[in-house]
Amino acid sequence: MTSRSSADKDPLVKIRGLRFSRGDRVIFDGVDIDIPRGKVTAIMGPSGTGKTTLLKLIGGQLRPDAGTVEVDGQNVHALSTRELYKLRTRMGMLFQSGALLTDLSVFDNVAYPLREHTKLPAAMIRKLVLMKLEAVGLRGARDLMPAELSGGMARRVALARGIALDPMMIMYDEPFTGQDPISMGVLVQLIRRLNDASNMTSVIVSHDVAETAQISDLVYIISNGKVTGRGTPKTLESSGSAWVRQFLEGLPDGPVSFHYPAPPLAQDIQGAPARDAP
Amino acid sequence: MNGVAPMLGWLEQLGRIGLRVIERLGRAHLLLVGIAGGLGSLIVRPGLLVRQLLSVGVLSALIVTVSGLFVGMVLALQGYYVLSKFGASESLGVMVAASLVRELGPVVTALLFAGRAGSALTAEIGLMKATEQLSGLEMMAVNPVNRVLTPRFFAGLISMPLLASMFSAVGVLGGYFVGVGLLGVDDGAYWSQMRATIDLHEDIYNGVIKSLVFGAVCTWIALYQGYDATPTSEGVSRATTRAVVHSALAVLGLDFVLTALMFGG
Repeated sequence: MTSRSSADKDPLVKIRGLRFSRGDRVIFDGVDIDIPRGKVTAIMGPSGTGKTTLLKLIGGQLRPDAGTVEVDGQNVHALSTRELYKLRTRMGMLFQSGALLTDLSVFDNVAYPLREHTKLPAAMIRKLVLMKLEAVGLRGARDLMPAELSGGMARRVALARGIALDPMMIMYDEPFTGQDPISMGVLVQLIRRLNDASNMTSVIVSHDVAETAQISDLVYIISNGKVTGRGTPKTLESSGSAWVRQFLEGLPDGPVSFHYPAPPLAQDIQGAPARDAP
Repeated sequence: MNGVAPMLGWLEQLGRIGLRVIERLGRAHLLLVGIAGGLGSLIVRPGLLVRQLLSVGVLSALIVTVSGLFVGMVLALQGYYVLSKFGASESLGVMVAASLVRELGPVVTALLFAGRAGSALTAEIGLMKATEQLSGLEMMAVNPVNRVLTPRFFAGLISMPLLASMFSAVGVLGGYFVGVGLLGVDDGAYWSQMRATIDLHEDIYNGVIKSLVFGAVCTWIALYQGYDATPTSEGVSRATTRAVVHSALAVLGLDFVLTALMFGG
């Protein structure tokens, strides 16, 4: 009983000393993150800070230069391919584009993981798929092809597919980007409702501050390869960090400069034009 | 001393290009091993192969047969012109059949295959990568190489000899229409000389071996280029062009090597 409750208290995802770089560019430089079970955790930061990369590191699609990523007590990057695939059946991921298989209908997309990983009879798979589609409000769209869906609908179908196997956690990669207000509202509510109804753990990577903060229990803010802020949305609002304030309030200038690094304007204008000539 | 620096820079550049080529070759071979490793799961799900045989093979059949017809007709016209000068126009059937079965059937079919099916495969895989469908499969604990690439590779391997056979057969008929129908070559001589001279092992089997090799190489190149494409519209477009160019060069180069090995001695 004691070990069970302590396991429940352990974070589902534990990241320690994570370092990752692409070429000469350092994306993460000693990042520590704990993602608690059963909560909605948001990872926020400006574009290009490696938020999607972080999800790929958690899912074992990328390998870190140093540090560890543990999911449910398993070191993701020490697992064999078979063990990693087994772990992934317990993780859902919603890609920014939806990543639906374009040659399959909505129904077949949602049924895909069930057909791949279970031996359930077709009638049972049909029932499960219809239930998942009902949960995202798209049961009536089951015969449509992905090309016939709007961006918001495609993400909802992808969400239904992501929860088809009732995973322990689901990762959302920029779920609100490019959505109209209605689709965004639907997604915001769905993420929270699904998390609470299934006691899942949700990780949202986003730079849509208001929408993400609205449904998150815990927020991490990442910048320049480090965690620059951590806390509930309320505690971060009153953060003393100039950087965190600039990000949350969307100020054009501050610690993150409006200008991309460049020599002084006067020097640039008077400089030799030959280099810039096409 | 001044002349050494540019030379070193040039050598460095050459070395970098060489390393890049070796790295790509390594990745391509690793991918081929991965594709072959998926054969077991393909046997369990033959439906995946059948669907690809339709899109890679059956849908290429029309362009291959139409091209075969015209190539056979042109061969008859050109062959008759040369053979009649030596009073050997009765051998037209042999010339048309041997040219098609030994060379033009496998080679032209492979070039058409690279343009029609190979480019489509590269674009399809490249776009699946760009739209994160391959990553999506990985995150659903499904190996994208086994599930997406292996069926396409074996569909290409099986389709190519069949398509080349169709090309040659239709080409022989095209040669017959022109040679016998238009140019007045004797009907019996056209077929009987062909049957007497074309050898099952020497000509037909060697042609089939060539098309199997071309099928494997063209499909491998197309799949690798798609899988390794930069996931942007420009990257996929470049990969598609590279797939066709590399396949065409590989087919022509390999044809020389195979011809030398099979008929050279």
